Amino acid sequence: MDSTFQSGDKSTQSFTLNFGPQHPAAHGVLRLILEMDGEIVERADPHIGLLHRGTEKLIEYKTYLQAIPYFDRLDYVSPMSQEHAFALAVEKLLGLEIPIRAKYIRVLFCEITRILNHLLNITTMAIDVGAMTPLLWGFEEREVLMGFYERVSGARMHAAYFRPGGVQKDLPKGLMEDIAAFVERFPKVIDDIEGLLTDNRIFKQRTVNIGVVTSEQALDWGFSGPMLRASNVAWDLRRTQPYEVYDQMEFLIPVGKNGDCYDRYLVRMEEMRQSALIMKQCLEQMPEGPVKIDNYKVTTPPRMKMKTSMEALIHHFKLYSEGYHVPKGETYTVVEAPKGEFGVYLISDGSNRPYRCKIRAPSFAFLQALDLMAKGHMLADVPSIVGSLDIVFGEIDR
Amino acid sequence: MGNASYFWNEVIMPVLSLTGYILLILIPLLLAVAYLTFVERKVIAAMQLRLGPNVVGWFGLLQPFADGLKLLHKETIIPTRSNPILFLLAPLITFGLSLSAWAVIPFSPGCVISNINVGILYLFAISSLGVYGIIIAGWASNSKYPFLGALRSAAQMVSYEVSIGLVIITVLLSVGSLNLSEIVTAQEKVWFIIPHLPMAVIFIISALAETNRAPFDLPEAEAELVSGYNVEYSSMTFALFFLGEYANMILMSAMGSILFLGGWLPPFNFAPFTWIPGIVWFALKISFLLFIFLWVRATFPRYRYDQLMRLGWKVFLPFSLAWVVLTASFLVIFNLLPGK
Repeated sequence: MDSTFQSGDKSTQSFTLNFGPQHPAAHGVLRLILEMDGEIVERADPHIGLLHRGTEKLIEYKTYLQAIPYFDRLDYVSPMSQEHAFALAVEKLLGLEIPIRAKYIRVLFCEITRILNHLLNITTMAIDVGAMTPLLWGFEEREVLMGFYERVSGARMHAAYFRPGGVQKDLPKGLMEDIAAFVERFPKVIDDIEGLLTDNRIFKQRTVNIGVVTSEQALDWGFSGPMLRASNVAWDLRRTQPYEVYDQMEFLIPVGKNGDCYDRYLVRMEEMRQSALIMKQCLEQMPEGPVKIDNYKVTTPPRMKMKTSMEALIHHFKLYSEGYHVPKGETYTVVEAPKGEFGVYLISDGSNRPYRCKIRAPSFAFLQALDLMAKGHMLADVPSIVGSLDIVFGEIDR
Repeated sequence: MGNASYFWNEVIMPVLSLTGYILLILIPLLLAVAYLTFVERKVIAAMQLRLGPNVVGWFGLLQPFADGLKLLHKETIIPTRSNPILFLLAPLITFGLSLSAWAVIPFSPGCVISNINVGILYLFAISSLGVYGIIIAGWASNSKYPFLGALRSAAQMVSYEVSIGLVIITVLLSVGSLNLSEIVTAQEKVWFIIPHLPMAVIFIISALAETNRAPFDLPEAEAELVSGYNVEYSSMTFALFFLGEYANMILMSAMGSILFLGGWLPPFNFAPFTWIPGIVWFALKISFLLFIFLWVRATFPRYRYDQLMRLGWKVFLPFSLAWVVLTASFLVIFNLLPGK
């Protein structure tokens, strides 16, 4: 093929393999230019931009409320966590404190989102190394979780449920019981998936010591979330700078030792168990009360009120046309999204639209380090490394 | 007149009857291949909490024919940079070889097209030739993924043939014949899986590697090579590879049941087991081994290329070699060598 062997001097030319963007293991539209020496990867060059939609620029032309759905569409496997970051940023600029029930609902759904994300990542990583059954088992549960999404917001993925000032509406009747039943059942599902993977010798051979990232390298490359914790850095924004009611939750932060693909897998597995625990605590402690602040300049008045009160009708109209004006200021607000530190840098010039909205996507940093991780490994390790990175192109390309 | 009847009796009739025999084996075999794809989908679906094909016909029973017809009316695409003759030859080789091996398989006492004395060597030779189909396909496609897939496949099949060879030698030592029917009759007292259990395990694992099935499906590793050596193939050329792969699975299972599970013999040599015809036992044993193929596919991740090589050369080869020596010494010391 491309490798030529010239007589005389022994110079060989490496073999260039175009991996993606239509590759089944490319996780979306990843395009990798792999320079190979036989089956050994010498250089992995990720090309991005195939899913660029100009989200940040679009947000500058939308009111704060209209910007919310764009966040669902960044990392489309963990939508609510991203709405959360934006909602928190706007609340910070507005100086709002949301009702306690809204905080609990947000934490509950953030953890549902974490399980949604990790289930997808673990099982697709398994399929990347050739085990296809976990995917089907995991998706059975994702289906249930997306059902919960649908019941609160009407949409299975792009929920637009967390709004500045609280959440869009209260939990429907019976949902808490169903989530409680799910939380009881869910650890068994993780046990089943673990039974297929964790002690499987082939799975271990494919992941242990593959794509090792040391603690220093992880910090240097701007890792966060499970990728950082797998490299033995106990850093979790839910613990180090708690938001909402995370300071009242009891949960453990799993860390890995070696920073290889297997540790990342284990960390995510344990995080799902911890998420189920947090969900359980949320359900037990869930207080009664309003789910959004009682300030009609930011949140909509109840529909009943609009039938009788002119004031409420005007507020409703203003909210959905002009939106609300946010005081001048800027903020960098982060949440611990399932993939890692998801940040929104929001600048307001006092108008009804953001002046600038810079989004910090965690998987962008992971993808940068792909060359570091893949160098010297074999072609077959590239899918397991890409799988363990947990990248989604919606947020990398924005 | 005499000449004509000689011609009729000695040439035409044997050819006709042989053709009849061949069709008698090939048609059920191809049906079995078609339904193996169906059973695979159903079994794996059950393991993965889904339904599998259930729309075409009752319980989806007509699905294999729907798939076949679909492939048949697609266009055969020959890539411009490929070598068209070799490109078309490769699937024919794979498919033809996977069928020709059945000439020596005994289905029940005396029920075999050609009861040759070197049957097992013939089988071994045919299954070794199978690698040509894949390597020619990878080379003739003149494309990168098929090329890598073919390279892997060649290395893999050659490596695992070595251990299959040693497994066969162990069985031969215990039988004293290369004739497949005699291998089966030698197991009347005890199936070889009992004295040679480790070799039976090695055989099954090597058979997985030899047929490029999970967890050794590296040549078509979807996650890395998209589909491996058959990326550029479409329509019937692809279908021939597909049929060949499944026919090879059945062949390997047949070989496994002849070598270790006593072929057509019933598990216990008394009624009611002896009432059931030998061919049914043979089919049941093949089905059992095929189920293992599918079960493994639903359970295990895929090996990496170098790990597969390490397993073949550093684990299986020394172990099976040691077992051959052990078997031979045992037979010599206790004066049990067959044929004496």
